[in-house]
Amino acid sequence: MSDKITNILLVGVGGQGILLAAEILSETFMLAGFDVKKSEIHGMSQRGGSVVSHVRYGKEVFSPMVPEGEGDILFGFELMESYRYLSLLKPGGTVIVNDLCIAPPAVLLGQEPYPDGLALKIQELCPDCLLVDGQNLAIEAGNARAANTVLLGAVSKRLDVEEKYWLEAIEKMVPKKALAVNLKAFALGRSLG
Amino acid sequence: MKEILSGNEAIARGAYEAGVKVACAYPGTPSTEILENTIRYQEIDSSWATNEKVALEVGIGASFVGARSLVTMKHVGVNVAADPLFTLSYTGVNGGLLLICADDPELHSSQNEQDSRNYAKFAKIPMLEPADSQECLEFTKLAYEISERHDTPVMLRTTTRISHSKSVVTLGERVAAVAEPKLARNAAKFVMLPGNARGRHYVVEDRITTLSKEGCSMAINRMELRDKKIGVITAGISYQHVREALPEASVLKLGMVFPLPFDLIREFASKVDKLYVVEELDAFIEDQVKAIGIPVTGKEIISLCGELTPGRVRKAFGLPENAQGTVEKLPGRPPNMCPGCPHRGVFYTLKQLNAYVSGDIGCYTLGFMPPLSAMDTCVCMGASIGMATGASKVLSPEERKKVVAVIGDSTFLHTGINGLMDMVYNKGAATVIILDNRITAMTGRQENPGSGHTLMSEPTNAIDFPMLCQAIGVKNIRTINPLDLDECQRVISEEMERPETSVIITDKPCVLIKKEGVFTPGKPLAVAEDSCIGCRACLKIGCPAIEWVPTSGKKGQAKIDPLLCNGCDVCRQLCKFSAIQEAK
Repeated sequence: MSDKITNILLVGVGGQGILLAAEILSETFMLAGFDVKKSEIHGMSQRGGSVVSHVRYGKEVFSPMVPEGEGDILFGFELMESYRYLSLLKPGGTVIVNDLCIAPPAVLLGQEPYPDGLALKIQELCPDCLLVDGQNLAIEAGNARAANTVLLGAVSKRLDVEEKYWLEAIEKMVPKKALAVNLKAFALGRSLG
Repeated sequence: MKEILSGNEAIARGAYEAGVKVACAYPGTPSTEILENTIRYQEIDSSWATNEKVALEVGIGASFVGARSLVTMKHVGVNVAADPLFTLSYTGVNGGLLLICADDPELHSSQNEQDSRNYAKFAKIPMLEPADSQECLEFTKLAYEISERHDTPVMLRTTTRISHSKSVVTLGERVAAVAEPKLARNAAKFVMLPGNARGRHYVVEDRITTLSKEGCSMAINRMELRDKKIGVITAGISYQHVREALPEASVLKLGMVFPLPFDLIREFASKVDKLYVVEELDAFIEDQVKAIGIPVTGKEIISLCGELTPGRVRKAFGLPENAQGTVEKLPGRPPNMCPGCPHRGVFYTLKQLNAYVSGDIGCYTLGFMPPLSAMDTCVCMGASIGMATGASKVLSPEERKKVVAVIGDSTFLHTGINGLMDMVYNKGAATVIILDNRITAMTGRQENPGSGHTLMSEPTNAIDFPMLCQAIGVKNIRTINPLDLDECQRVISEEMERPETSVIITDKPCVLIKKEGVFTPGKPLAVAEDSCIGCRACLKIGCPAIEWVPTSGKKGQAKIDPLLCNGCDVCRQLCKFSAIQEAK
C-alpha cells in the first residue's frame, strides 16, 4: 500500500443524505483495509444549510480535514454548493456532480438570482467533471431519494477499491427495506463512472 | 473488533468498557451523541437532565455511593455546572466520575468559543484531551482509573472535530468486576462546610502537584523525536494538523493538558533547537511553559480565534499554500426553520406587532434570520426571561408593552423557569411566550420533561406548562395554536397590553418528531397560477417550500414545492386572493 492519502469532499444541502453517503464511503474504505477518517459539522438545524463532509483514506491518516487545495475528488450533491467549495479541490482534481439546483433563502425570496450556467463554469475550471442526472436515475432505480447512492456508484468507479467492499458497506448501512432500490441505484451510477 | 466510530460514539463505548453505571447530560452540540450512544448498553442508566448543573449533581450522587458515572455537556454548559464542579474538586469522588466537555472552536453551533481547558486549571481538576476516536475510547477508560486513584473528578475535553469526526477504533470488553454501589457516609469528605473544606483545599493542591509529576511518565504524554530543528508541543486535534502539515517535526504530544508534565516539557525543550506550541483558542499550554522560563513561540503565529486546519498550521509556519481557485460571490445558504415549523407564525406575528423580542437558545433563534427578522437579543440558555424583566423595569410604560420574551420548552425547563419566578415575584411586566414543541429540537430531537418519554424510551410524566406557570404565580396564562395567525395576533397583542406578567404557551409539536401520533403533516398546498397576482405576501414567512418565480405571471408568482410542504396552512392565511389551496 502506498503512503498516498486520497481526499474526498462531499458537498451539498442539509437533508440530501450527504452524511449517510459519507458513512458508506468510510465504511467501504475500512472494509478494504485502509485507515480512514471522516469529518463534518452538524448539530444546529442544518436543514437547508450548506454541508461539507471530508473523507480521507490511505495507509495512515492524521488530520480528519482535507487540507485546503488538496481534495482529489469533489463529490457534489447540488450545483451551487459544488461551485462554492471548488477551492478545496487540488488543481486537476475530479468533480462528480449531481445536476440539481436547490434555491437558498435569498433566491426563494426573489432577492438574488440563482447563478447561471454553473455546470459549465465547473466544467471550465475542472475539465475532469462528470455531470450526473442523479434525480432521474434514482427514480429509474425506484425512489427519488436514492440519488445519493447513484452518485456513490459514479464515484466508486474513480476509486481503487473493489466493488465487493462497496456492496458490503451499502448492505450494512442502508435500511433493509430500501436495500434493493439502493443497490440498483448504485449499479446505475457505477455504469456512468 | 474494529469499527469506524465518531469521538462521541467512542466515548460512549469507553464508558461502557469502564463499567459506568450512570450517564447523565443536557444535550448540547457537539456533545449530544455521547448519551444517544450510551443507551445501546443496557448496563448504563442514561438520562437527559433539565440542565448541566442537575446532570453533574446526578453524576456526583452516583459517584458518592460508589458507582462510576459519566456526565457530558458542551462548553457553555460547564458555565451552568460550574457551581457544583468547583466543590466536587474538593470532595473528590467515591466511584470514578468523568465530566466530558465538548468545545466548539469556530462556533459552528454556539454563542461563544470559550476554551474549557481554563476550567480544569481554575477548578484544579485533571483534564485529558484525546486526538482521535481510538484515544476517546482509551482516555475515557484511563480517566476512571485516574479519578479513583487520585480521588478526583476528571474532565475530558473534546472539540467539534474530535466529537464529530470518525476514525477506526479497536473495541475492548467491559471490565468484569464492577463494585456494587452502596451507601457510604463520610461527612468530613462529602460535607463541604468551611471547616471541612479548608482542609480539603490542601488535598486538592497536593493532588495537582502529584499528577504533574506522574504525567511525565504517563504513556499518553509522549515525545516523538524526528528532525530536531523544530519541536512542537501540542494536544488534541491540533496534533493531527501538526502531523499533517509538519511531518518531519519533533512533537511532544500531550494527552493530559492539565496539570502539565513540566519535567517532560523541560526535557523535550532541551532536545530541540526551536520550540513551538500549536494549540487552538487560548495560549493555555504556552503561558504555562513560559511561566517556567522556557522560551516558546505560539500565539505570535497562530490566532486566538477559530479552529485550526492543516492549511492554517501550514500558513503559521510559512510553508507554501496550495494554489486555490477562487469563485465569485454566491448567495449564502444559512440554515432555516423547517417547512411547517410551528415557530414561524409566532415570529411573523411578533414582527407585525413590532415587539422587542428577548430571544433564547434553540431552533427559534433562527427567527432572527430575514425575512422574519424578529429577534432582538440572544445571550445564553434561559436568559430571555430575566433580560425581559430587566428591560421592563427601566422602560417607559408605553415602551414596556413591546417587550416579549420567547423561549422553547426545553430551555424554559433548563434555566428559564428561574427567570419566570423572578419576573412574577419582582413584578416584572413583560409577555413571555413558551414555544412548546414537545422536544429539544435544535440538537436533534432529544426528550425533555415536557415530552412524556425518557431517553431510554420509557413513557413518563409530562410537565403541564400552564399548571406549572400557575403554581409559580402567573395570573395570565393562555394557550394558542401558533399556526393560526388571527389567534396569534389577537392573543399576543392583548397580553402585550397588560401591565403585568403574562405567559402564552404554543401547542403544536416540532415537525421532525418521529414518534407516532405526535406530529401529523397536513396536505401539501399549491399556488393557483390564475389567482396569484404576485403580491409576495406569502414570502414574508420565509418558508423553504415557497419559491418566487420571477418569470411567471405578470409580476412573477410564488410556487410551493409539494415535496417540502407540510401543509401547516400559515401561508394560505396570508394570501388575500385565495390563490393558495390544497394541492390536487
